[in-house]
Amino acid sequence: MLTKRRNGEVGRSKFSALTAGLVSEAVDRRTFLRRSGLAAGGLAAVGSLQLGAVKKASAAGTAVSGADVVIKKNICTHCSVGCTVTAEVVNGVWVGQEPSWESPINRGTHCAKGAAIRELVHSERRLKYPMKLVDGQWQRISWDTAINEIGDKISAIREKAGADSVYWLGSAKFTNEASYLFRKLGAFWGTNSVDHQARICHSTTVAGVANTWGYGAQTNSYNDIRNAKTMIIMGGNPARAHPVSLQHVLSGKELNRANMIVIEPRFTRTAAHATEFVRIRPGTDIPVIWGMLWHIFQNGWEDKEFIRKRVYGMDDVRKEVAKWTPDEVERVTGVPGDQLKRVAEMFAKDRPSTLIWCMGATQHTVGTANVRAFCIACLATGNVGAPGTGANIFRGHTNVQGATDLGLDVTTLPLYYGLVEGAWKHWARVWEVEYDWLQSRFDEVPAVAGRKPRSRKENMEAPGITSTRWFDAVNLPEDQVDQRAGIKAMMVFGHGGNTVTRIPEAVKGMSKLELLVVADPHPTTFAALNARRDNTYLLPICTSLEMDGSRTASNRSLQWGEQIVKPAFESKNDYEVMYLLAKKLGFADKMFKNIKVDNNVPSAEDLLREINRGGWSTGYCGQSPERLKAHMKNQSKFDLVTLRAPKDTPDVGGDYYGLPWPCWGKPQIRHPGTHILYNTNLHVKDGGSTFRARFGTERNGQTLLAEDSYSLGSELTDGYPEFTMGVLKKLGWDKDLTADELATITKIGGNNVDAVSWAIDLSGGIQRVCLDHGVIHYGNGKARANAWNLPDPIPVHREPIYTPRPELVAKYPTRPDERQFRLPNIGFSVQKSAVDRNIAKDFPIILTSGRLVEYEGGGEETRSNPWLAELQQDMFVEVNTADAGERGIKDGQWVWVLGPEDGAKVKVKALVTDRVGRGVAWMPFHFSGWYQGADMRSYYPPGTDPVVLGESVNTVTTYGFDPVTGMQEPKATLCQIRAA
Amino acid sequence: MARMKFLCDSDRCIDCNACVTACKNEHEVPWGINRRRVVTINDGQPGERSISMACMHCTDAPCAAVCPVDCFYTTADAVVLHSKDLCIGCGYCFYACPFGAPQYPRVGNFGSRGKMDKCTYCSGGPEADLSEAEYVKYGANRLAEGKLPLCAEMCSTKALLAGDSDMIAQIYKERVIKRGYGSGAWGWKTAYRETVSI
Repeated sequence: MLTKRRNGEVGRSKFSALTAGLVSEAVDRRTFLRRSGLAAGGLAAVGSLQLGAVKKASAAGTAVSGADVVIKKNICTHCSVGCTVTAEVVNGVWVGQEPSWESPINRGTHCAKGAAIRELVHSERRLKYPMKLVDGQWQRISWDTAINEIGDKISAIREKAGADSVYWLGSAKFTNEASYLFRKLGAFWGTNSVDHQARICHSTTVAGVANTWGYGAQTNSYNDIRNAKTMIIMGGNPARAHPVSLQHVLSGKELNRANMIVIEPRFTRTAAHATEFVRIRPGTDIPVIWGMLWHIFQNGWEDKEFIRKRVYGMDDVRKEVAKWTPDEVERVTGVPGDQLKRVAEMFAKDRPSTLIWCMGATQHTVGTANVRAFCIACLATGNVGAPGTGANIFRGHTNVQGATDLGLDVTTLPLYYGLVEGAWKHWARVWEVEYDWLQSRFDEVPAVAGRKPRSRKENMEAPGITSTRWFDAVNLPEDQVDQRAGIKAMMVFGHGGNTVTRIPEAVKGMSKLELLVVADPHPTTFAALNARRDNTYLLPICTSLEMDGSRTASNRSLQWGEQIVKPAFESKNDYEVMYLLAKKLGFADKMFKNIKVDNNVPSAEDLLREINRGGWSTGYCGQSPERLKAHMKNQSKFDLVTLRAPKDTPDVGGDYYGLPWPCWGKPQIRHPGTHILYNTNLHVKDGGSTFRARFGTERNGQTLLAEDSYSLGSELTDGYPEFTMGVLKKLGWDKDLTADELATITKIGGNNVDAVSWAIDLSGGIQRVCLDHGVIHYGNGKARANAWNLPDPIPVHREPIYTPRPELVAKYPTRPDERQFRLPNIGFSVQKSAVDRNIAKDFPIILTSGRLVEYEGGGEETRSNPWLAELQQDMFVEVNTADAGERGIKDGQWVWVLGPEDGAKVKVKALVTDRVGRGVAWMPFHFSGWYQGADMRSYYPPGTDPVVLGESVNTVTTYGFDPVTGMQEPKATLCQIRAA
Repeated sequence: MARMKFLCDSDRCIDCNACVTACKNEHEVPWGINRRRVVTINDGQPGERSISMACMHCTDAPCAAVCPVDCFYTTADAVVLHSKDLCIGCGYCFYACPFGAPQYPRVGNFGSRGKMDKCTYCSGGPEADLSEAEYVKYGANRLAEGKLPLCAEMCSTKALLAGDSDMIAQIYKERVIKRGYGSGAWGWKTAYRETVSI
């Protein structure tokens, strides 16, 4: 028998073996552990474990030759939980990954993607140098050539067809700084068609939530779910999409013996851990929520005091809810009345309760209305603004919250200022450019097809085209596209081509574009669809692990990620590429006026400082790079549940982890950030706040301001409107302003100083003074159960465009055809035609889509990672056992899934399972590289094809758009399945 | 001296596969070899459970009992390791193992097996601790670095526990008492001939 040799007193790290002969600097084990900060963390996790090996290791003190290991921290890019990634770097090579014990968010843990993230940077399948397509062949070109040719081509297109004909598609994988820069680039170019992935994941959340109580984001945090006694997860499968969040969810469930209710069409991995599973028909979320509220109102379980003090319009909701008797709810949704009554009682009575949702709720033609109904359920039961409560919205990418905040959205400039003149003037002041110059960059739009013309100013204030419909704006006759010309060029940064519904239409659009530029670590589906032969460029961008900058997690915490290694191959970071483009287009000096640029690379820190200088509206003003870096250094100081550091901690004392926005005032006043939004039980200086008074003060004789409710320590003990200099003067608080603050306000106000609001006061004086008086400058309003400005002020059920229940369409039709975002939305006509043609007969199975744990988004990056790809090698469709039986389909065999539009079909493997209910099929959305049965691998530039390819579900998804945000409908459509 | 074990709390395991890729990452395990995997039973039905599985480092390991070349040995920390220098790739251990842990790279065109590979509890092999030879054959040796297996350290929900038997049993016990349910320390009876009594 062998015995383990333990006489190698070598206390060397594994890297000494890896890098033997490469390095000379000696590092002993102790130094290594001390430097890495891992010794304490690693052992703390298991208590005072006594190991033979450990003793030996720590006893070994003599210096031996080893590698100089540098520890770098960045943030995982694969979802919005915000897991810290701890990298061990030797000689500029990322050689190992260690658990990030100190992060209060992931506490050492990862999911499959996070634990495999090192491979992303190494991947041999990355795009290595700029390429262009010449007569159908990929050719290597230099960066200079690429930037010059692209710049010349978009300038020519601009000359001919206007600025709006170039579409700027950004990314949720951008850092905050890159997102901001991209929006700024769009503004300087002169278009509002600047969008990113939030359009297709949570745009409806942002719109619905912001229209209810002020800000469009998760109200609490992943960690705070530990406080909940009841949690409803509806339209989400965090065990797949946000695995590390389940650490908090399951801990909360265990510690509080909480109710964990999953409301879903599928029995998911999350549902397997639930205390109650409610199976619903896809697309019937509103009837389910109204069905719950029916029981709540019927039994008087609502929180009457909360509603009286803090909610407007609940009586209007009661009228709609009264229609949803248990019988009608069961008829429409399939959920039995007594089960819903049980769930409703738990949600209303076993408080605090939280409602968690994800894309199952948002990706619908009624997405915004769904989200509003969810918010109303929270409001009716008083479950907002306290620990354990809230709308816990799980977003999808590292920085999709931040990219949304920083304005990668066709309806707003950075930080939700909108597109109105005041917004443009605010940012013009921050950027120190002439408002008139910005305006001159925009197109004049002629009067076409009976529509009014738009002046440059009007066009500057008109929302752009949503990313869900860029190809419609290429394909449709020009007179239907309400801008100077249709879309001629796509500038795609960090965005897959397979995540948007209706791929056959996208392929048509691609083939018609005059220019396609894909800037990404991978070629993406855009390259593989073989729709083009020329005028297509691929620019290699480094991963966000190879660049500095901040990222905003779903809970609004900002985390500073540091560059782990230099950009691999010839790749460049987003900042540099945007700088080079701006330089080529001739406005780099203006655009980077206050930003240090070193060797063509703009400084991330300076970009964040500029965001701070303009970010008053959303409280992005207090998170200076210095503060964020201090948080990363002191991660272990923050409490697991409250996310707060003890007040006496140096550098970060009293702060909430990551200074979750809003973090008011200048960094110097050290606002701690806001862990839980709208929490009146805290002083505003401790992160307390009220519902935002952003919808006026009165409507139809009813006040919109809070009654008898205010944040702790407020000097105003009732509702109050938002603050302007005028309000400050009325209260006599203007004398608290410093001379400098007053001078800035006076300069901004010109001849109307009283109108300067808290959001455009660049001095931060109004915010500072308000905080000193214990009030919140955005006002103390009521949340709105009735959002009168939205298409359906009270959410109403509307059947999906392609519904399996055509008999319900007469009673619950989709909204009438209408023009939105410069394009016609003909959902009503499509629904009517589907009913008239009895589509549900030929396509009887509901098709819905979702996420796998191994892959993310379009999946190009993760399918190129062999550690992940090995675990999911085939695209598949989940088919119910009974449906499969009827069709003679066996588990694992090839099948065709047929869609009702364009004769579309995909060839995938069948996974026969009762996870999906009868009449429902489900497909993951991460695959691409096959198109309607054909393997497209040869169309990738050689060596850049992902390990695993497969059909994209969106080849068979169909028409349908939310009227408020242009959200697509991939969660409820129809299909037919046949053995292949 | 510690007695190292794995314990997978199936009421926590969500089949996220972090343990699988953490292992790949730490040891650069090649495609086709899986030292750890997650198995789901009753998939899609009420009662569905997922369990992360690897070599359990059994007491009186059956693999060692059947090995014709006696390549297995148990370390002072009770980790079952083997010598790839001695292994002949016969596959007996695969048949003996109740957990399906042994893996074999395919080395020839006729399905011939290479040297057996399996979970080392992140503690290398018979070569000198943290030597290059050890790393190449067995992967990283975290135990020698004072760390625990990365699969357990990175487990998203802290379902997979690794460490001294008494300590992880205690953590599991406290969890079960606190939450009021627990489907038992899966595989312990088979591997260790004992279970966690609550």
